[in-house]
Amino acid sequence: MSSASATESHITSYPKFVGRSLWLATEGSLGFYAWMTMLTAVFLVGANAWANQVAGGMIGTNMTDQVSWGLYIANFTFMVGLAAGGVMMVIPAYLYHDRKMHDVVIIGELLAIAAIVMCLMFVVADLGRPDRFWHMMPFIGKFNFPISMLTWDVIVLNGYLLLNLHICGYLLYMRFLGLKPNPVWYVPFVMLSIVWAISIHTVTAFLYCGLGGRPFWNTALLAPRFLASAFVSGPAFIIVAMVLIKRLTGVVGLDDPIATLTRIIRVTILVNLLMVASELFTEFYTGGAHASAAKYLFFGLHGKTALVPWTWTAIGLNMTAALLFLWPGLLSLRWRPLLVAACAMAFVGAWIEKGMGLIIPGFVPSTLHEIVEYVPSQLEWKVTVGIWAFGLMVFTIAIKTALPTLKQPAEH
Amino acid sequence: MATTEPKKLPTLPVIENPTRRAAVKGGFATLGAAAFVAAVSPLRQAAKTATAAEFMQKHYAELTPEQKADVIARLEAEAAEKYGAEVTIADDRPIPGTKFVYAINLSVCNGNGKCVEACHKENNHDRATNQSYIRVLEMPKGTMDMEQGSTTYTGTVPKDDKFYLPVQCQQCDEPPCVDVCPVKATWKEDDGIVVVDYNWCIGCRYCEAACPYHARRFNWKAPEVPAEEINPDQSYLSNRVRPVGVVEKCTYCLHRTRRGKLPACLEACPTGARVFGNILDPESSIRWILENKRVYILKEELGTKPAFFYFFD
Ligand code: SF4
Ligand code: SF4
Repeated sequence: MSSASATESHITSYPKFVGRSLWLATEGSLGFYAWMTMLTAVFLVGANAWANQVAGGMIGTNMTDQVSWGLYIANFTFMVGLAAGGVMMVIPAYLYHDRKMHDVVIIGELLAIAAIVMCLMFVVADLGRPDRFWHMMPFIGKFNFPISMLTWDVIVLNGYLLLNLHICGYLLYMRFLGLKPNPVWYVPFVMLSIVWAISIHTVTAFLYCGLGGRPFWNTALLAPRFLASAFVSGPAFIIVAMVLIKRLTGVVGLDDPIATLTRIIRVTILVNLLMVASELFTEFYTGGAHASAAKYLFFGLHGKTALVPWTWTAIGLNMTAALLFLWPGLLSLRWRPLLVAACAMAFVGAWIEKGMGLIIPGFVPSTLHEIVEYVPSQLEWKVTVGIWAFGLMVFTIAIKTALPTLKQPAEH
Repeated sequence: MATTEPKKLPTLPVIENPTRRAAVKGGFATLGAAAFVAAVSPLRQAAKTATAAEFMQKHYAELTPEQKADVIARLEAEAAEKYGAEVTIADDRPIPGTKFVYAINLSVCNGNGKCVEACHKENNHDRATNQSYIRVLEMPKGTMDMEQGSTTYTGTVPKDDKFYLPVQCQQCDEPPCVDVCPVKATWKEDDGIVVVDYNWCIGCRYCEAACPYHARRFNWKAPEVPAEEINPDQSYLSNRVRPVGVVEKCTYCLHRTRRGKLPACLEACPTGARVFGNILDPESSIRWILENKRVYILKEELGTKPAFFYFFD
């Protein structure tokens, strides 16, 4: 069971590498097995809920003809952001040649893989006829390209997934063979992935802001806002992941990347708040019918207030997180728990802002100005949590396959 | 399992007794897989109702006449089996030289809702949800701002200080719903009617989000209609009973209008507020109205170019 020799053909040694990685990724402490068992259990609950949804129709969700997208699409949008946010490690590593970041950049890329897998699962969960998914496949189905923004999204998301699979796969595989990665085989792809990360979130924003009949989404600021919040939530997740990795596995050299990401969030979180503020200014200062969705979101409309608690929670979390990130002490090792808390707040804040706070008010009031409220059903929560559990499983396994590589810098 | 591990290679530790570990892991994997199969077992129920022929069916536009005949025979048999109703499903095609448009006289409409009801019955809508393609807004006089309107008004109509605005699919000439569909399950036909292939739609509901007139409906569950209430005069692209999980919409009753009849909502309207016809026919009353009345359209600023007009006397 030694490393495959470099002279062996890739046809045989690549599967060997994958098998070995999987083998290793499923080795671990009791805590690790407990964690994976827990995730599996939650995932199974979600899978069961989804199967029931398919069997019984989407009547099991609380969506309606007025609010025709709900928790699934909200999570989908957020996950696209998380996938794009991983690029905030890639940029310093490759564009600014940050050596320390370079050693651990693969964490961001693996996060992108897990996040895109979750995106695709959320889209499938939202389909009324998942059995007809093949209608969406280019060539065998009927792909409405380039007119439908959704087909663009299918392309960019799958492209991003492939790009990251290639980059991570190649780097880890070379490590497995005991070879030095040849930059020709990955640097161009990394550069491409930077542009691509921006594109996935831009296209996802275009899905919404291209709809003239939905004034709440119909704003040119949507794509930049998406990016800004992605560049908060992505790094926030990675910081927490790195703190955990350091704790649990003893990988060293993570403190500098954590500091870099903290400095990045310090800026992006402010940019995000600024954009939110300017949108709100246009909405409320101008007023009129176009502001009714925003009014509903912040204060409720005609006595309907389902989203108001969500909104103010998000604002509270985002503001507190922003203040914490502005404080220089947050960078010090002593305040790690506080940093983790700030990241968690920023993460949850972005999740609400981009999910319940963006998708739902697009539908309330409806295009005929009916106010039909939406609160996700238990089934929707189960499916959603199940997909999150699966995503975390993918991410855990992915990180474990990369651990030998991550530990590498310490060895020389 | 507490074996001492031998000296590790720098990157890939060698695990002692891999066969035993493999057996344990294999056991867990099998368990997991079995649990997964159990968890998704409701899918088997769903698969029972979907046949292979239905799964493989091509897009409407790609069906040969023979295939179409097969599909229609299958759908008729399904209606008999599931709903206990003898139905005929035709494949009504647009009549060349026809472009259908609709107009409503708002001075006359009194909000009685007969059109809503007629649509419900004609198009075999789900009885429990009381679905219809038409929504009537009760609006305060003196405004066109829909925000002031109400779709859930009660009491005797018409009320003195109100007017009534029925809204259904506007059969837009620039239909955003068609543009956004990722699989071309919905399109505009030559006579101006926007249709959906219920056997191709994947149920993403993007079109529902894109339509500015709330004209599309999703089948959150399979429609329930008692056998004796089913309207047996059906068309593939129109009022046949829809499958669960797909989007549907008003088709100007193409199973009637393409056969020279009038839409059900128009026939049901007791006030005569509704006018329907072929705009390309210079003799038609609809043409006269569009030429002689002050006509306007809803949400003109969105550029959807409706084929649905409103006018006052
Ligand atoms: S009214 Fe709505 S459903 Fe009808 S054609 Fe226009 S956009 Fe499409
Ligand atoms: S719900 Fe059906 S018709 Fe509407 S956009 Fe999706 S696939 Fe097309």
